[in-house]
Order: sequence, then structure tokens, then C-alpha cells
Amino acid sequence: MTATRDSASDRHFRSFCYVFITILLLFVMYPLLYVFSASVSDPAMVASGKVILLPKGFTLEGYRRVFQDKNILTGYANTIFYTVVGTLINLITTVPAGYALARRTLPGRRLLTVYFMIPMYFSGGLIPTFLLVNQIGLYNTRAIMVLIYAFNMYYCIICRTFFDSMPKEMEEAAIIDGCTPFQTFFRVILPLSKALIGVMVLFFAVEQWNTYFAAMIYLRDQDKYPLQLVLRKILVLEQTSAEMLSNAIIVVSSLPVLIIYPFVQKYFEQGVMIGSVKG
Amino acid sequence: MKTQSSLSAVSLPKCRRKRQNLRLNIWNHRFYYLMLLPAFVAVLVFSYFPMYGVQIAFKDYKGSLGLAGSPWVGIKYFRDFFQSYNCWTLIKNTFALSIYSFLAGFPIPILIALLLNEVSVRYKRFAQTALYAPHFISLVVLAGMIIAMLSPSIGSINAIIKMFGGQSIYFMSKPSAFRHIYVWSGVWQDAGWNSVIYFAALSAVDPQLHEAAIMDGASKLQRIWHINIPTILPTIVIMFILTAGQLATVGQEKVLLLQNDLNLDVSEVISTYVYKRGILHANYSFSTAIGLMNNVVNVVFLLIANWISGKVSETSLF
Repeated sequence: MTATRDSASDRHFRSFCYVFITILLLFVMYPLLYVFSASVSDPAMVASGKVILLPKGFTLEGYRRVFQDKNILTGYANTIFYTVVGTLINLITTVPAGYALARRTLPGRRLLTVYFMIPMYFSGGLIPTFLLVNQIGLYNTRAIMVLIYAFNMYYCIICRTFFDSMPKEMEEAAIIDGCTPFQTFFRVILPLSKALIGVMVLFFAVEQWNTYFAAMIYLRDQDKYPLQLVLRKILVLEQTSAEMLSNAIIVVSSLPVLIIYPFVQKYFEQGVMIGSVKG
Repeated sequence: MKTQSSLSAVSLPKCRRKRQNLRLNIWNHRFYYLMLLPAFVAVLVFSYFPMYGVQIAFKDYKGSLGLAGSPWVGIKYFRDFFQSYNCWTLIKNTFALSIYSFLAGFPIPILIALLLNEVSVRYKRFAQTALYAPHFISLVVLAGMIIAMLSPSIGSINAIIKMFGGQSIYFMSKPSAFRHIYVWSGVWQDAGWNSVIYFAALSAVDPQLHEAAIMDGASKLQRIWHINIPTILPTIVIMFILTAGQLATVGQEKVLLLQNDLNLDVSEVISTYVYKRGILHANYSFSTAIGLMNNVVNVVFLLIANWISGKVSETSLF
């Protein structure tokens, strides 16, 4: 008797889970679907509030305007440059450092870890960083955009945890076969770390793609502006003049990222994050 | 030749006996130091040099005199800040935003992970993909979407309000709406993403515990309460410390995007004020002092949160 009653309450709970998740999904997806619908709808329909979920009066005029806008295209090209170069630099600073810090025999490992962790909790702040960038001549250069966030300790800890959890036998075998640590790292460890590299590339690339604040502070010339700064001008500063293309531009700027992350998604939970919060 | 214990087998087996020889040991790890070098330099330049520069908070910094040449003024700028008319408004706005964000944003990801764990694998996968999507949208686009959707003329939210016979509301110009917009758009963007860490923790639940509990007639809710939640509790505590340590900070990036002249009374927080006074008005010393103070308060919060959780649950960061 009790068994059947329990499974009935289990069934109720299960249905509750499905209902809850479905309502949640509707809330999360609605704004995205709306923007997409509005981007391919007749602007007059959008402006009069007729577009609520599905497109009305199909047109690609907004997209045509986006691809004719010189500022947007320059911004797009700049962002691609910053993202590619910036991600490469991030990888070079972060992944090998994580590997080195995972080596328990490394003399001074604790001290180095502390050195890298202090800036996670304490920083000089906006103004001293700004003055420094000015002083070393990187203000208003493309270089500052790819250097200012070159190293990220949080991601380095994820790398360290990942390498630390790898079986040590492979490294040992490689070293006995006469590999230098470099060769071991590049020929043995990295090919086994595709999940980690995939996640790191995604995190770094998304950050580079989406950031606007560094550009706003450190860049003066419009021809160096990344896409997000151009978007800020169109979507936030001059809201009304751009209703025509605003939805199209949101789609065009967000789509690359939204297409890529599902490919790496299966790695998000797959051990990559486990234990990595704790330093 | 023995193969075990060759963790430090970078060195030749012969050298192993002299492992106490630190210099040799360091030399044997030279490749690893080389791997750390780019990170070391990046942190030195972009994190530690600015920390040295933070001394301008106690100086009357003039660009022409430089860092070393500017005269010391002690705590003048700290006093200036506390005597300024908007000091307490800034502090109040900052804490209101961060505490509200914390209360709304902390429990929801845990709830999502626990409930999503109970649906079928295929639906779970699909739901996760959808729930993560907003996290990958930039803040500028998020702000643009908020402004557009809440617009009284073209916004879909107001269209829905009007559909039900209501009056359209200009949300962005209502100071009383600012905090709700800021917090709930944040929940929309990151609640799904923040649940990743709890999914990872849930995957560590021992299935045998569930089997045993089912044998004993435990219902699903009882099993969640007595098995799943205790398993992810250490993760919850760590996330709690990390979030509580951030309570005195509200990042400037999103606030600046949602700010306008009409909601400035509630939307001006410490970080946006530092940005405006420092970058836009070049009051370098004054805004460095405010930033430094904010940072110190942060560290204190983190230490307190860490200490409390160490006492209460024996889980702590350090």
C-alpha cells in the first residue's frame, strides 16, 4: 500500500518538475525569440507593438542595413581580430601555467600560487590600472585590448585541477621515453586535454567577443572600436534612431557565440568544473 | 630503473638521491618555470604594478609630477569622500543592488539543478542548452534588449500590458523599477549558467544511496532532501563564501548601460562613481581612494564569510 502511495506522490513531483522547467524555459527563451522575430518583421509592425512572439510582415531590410553600416562592419572586423589574437594570448598564458602549477614537485609552487591568487581578491583598481596603461604607452592601441585581460587565475585554477586529475603514469612513461617536459606537454598532455582546451577557448573567446568596458576606457579612435562599443552607441546611447536595425544587429552580433557554445556544452559539467571553485 | 615515484623524473635517476639540492631541483624544473613566465609577467604588469600605483590614494597626484613626485596628503581624499553629500547614497545603492542580487540569484540555480536532475535525460540536455544561452549574450546586447522590450512605444512588455487594458509604463525612467530590472535581468542571464557547478556536484551523488533509500521506501522528495542536498552542500557553501565576498561590489559595466539621468538616484553605485570621477573628470587620487576603500571592504567581507563558514560547516576557501 505505502509503496503505491509513494510512487503516486513521486509521479506528482515528477510532473511538477516538468511543469516548472517548462515555464522556466518559456521565460528564458521568450526575449530571444522576440528579438529574432522582430528582426525579420516589418518595422512598422514592431513599432506599433504588433509583434509579440511571431514575425509579422517578413522582411530582411534590417539585416541589409546592418551590412551596409560601415561602423558596424569595422567593429565586426576589429572584434574578430581581438577575439582571435586575445584568445591565443589567453591560452598561452593560462594553460601552461595551470600545467606547471599542477606539478606538485615544483619548487616554490605554493608561493607562486599565492602570487597568482592575491590579484583575485585584491587589485589596484580602475584608476591605477588606467594610469599604468597610459604610462607604458598602450593607451589607444590595439595591443591593450588583447593584453589587459591576458591572464585569468580563475581559469588557470580550472586548468590546474584538470591536469592534476590526469593519471600521472602517462607523463612518467613519456619522460622515461626521453621526452622533455615541453615535448610531454605538447605531444602527450595537450592531445588528451581537448575537453579542457575546448572549454577554455570558448570562455576566452566569449569574454573577448562580449567585452566593451576596456574598449571604452582604453580606446579613443573609432576605427579601433570593437563591435560591442559600436552596439552600445546604437542600442543604448541613441535608442530611438536605430529601431530599424537594432534587432537585426543584436542577432548578427550574438549569433556566432550562440551557435558555438552547444558544441562545447557537454564538457561544462564533465569534470572540468569539479573542484575548481576551491582554490 | 624504478618507474614509480618518477614524479620528479625530469631529473636523471642519479640525481634523485640529491633531491635536497634545491638549485639543481629548480634547474630541473626550468621548463615549468618557462611555462609560468607569460602568466607571471602578465600578472606583474597588469595586477601588481597597479597595486603599487594605489599609493596615489594617499597623494595629490599630478600627471606632471608623476607617481613618485606627487606630494603625500594622507587620508585627505578618504575624508573628502565621507564628507561628500552623496557618499551614503552610493553606499546604500551599492549594497541594495548586491544584496538583492544575492537573495534572488543565489538560491535559484540550486533549485534549477535539483529539479532539472529529475526530468528525462533528453529533456534535461535540451533545457540546459536553452538555459545557458543568455549567459553568452553580451551586456550591451542585454541592455539593448531590456531598453527595447520595456520601451513604452515599441516594447513587447508594454504591448502585453496594453493588450490587457493597462497603461504603458516607461520602466527605464522609473527609479523604483531600476533595481528590479537590474536584478531580474541578471537572474535571467545567469541563473541557468550558475547551475552548472551544482550539476557537476550532483553527478557525484552515489547511486547506491538512492537504491538503498528506495528499498527503504523513501519518496523522491525525501531522497532529494536527505541525499542530493547533503552531497552538494559543500559546493553550496563554497559558492556562498565566494558570493558573500563580493557583497560590497557591484560591477560598473552593467549599471553604466542601464543608467540614465532619470534613475541616477538609485543607479549610481560606488564603481560607476569611481569611473566617472576618475576617467571622465580625471580626479585620479580621489577615485583611487574610493576604489581602494571598496576593495578593502571586499576583502574583509570575504574573510568574514570564510571564517563563518569554516566555523559552521568546516568548509572554507583557505
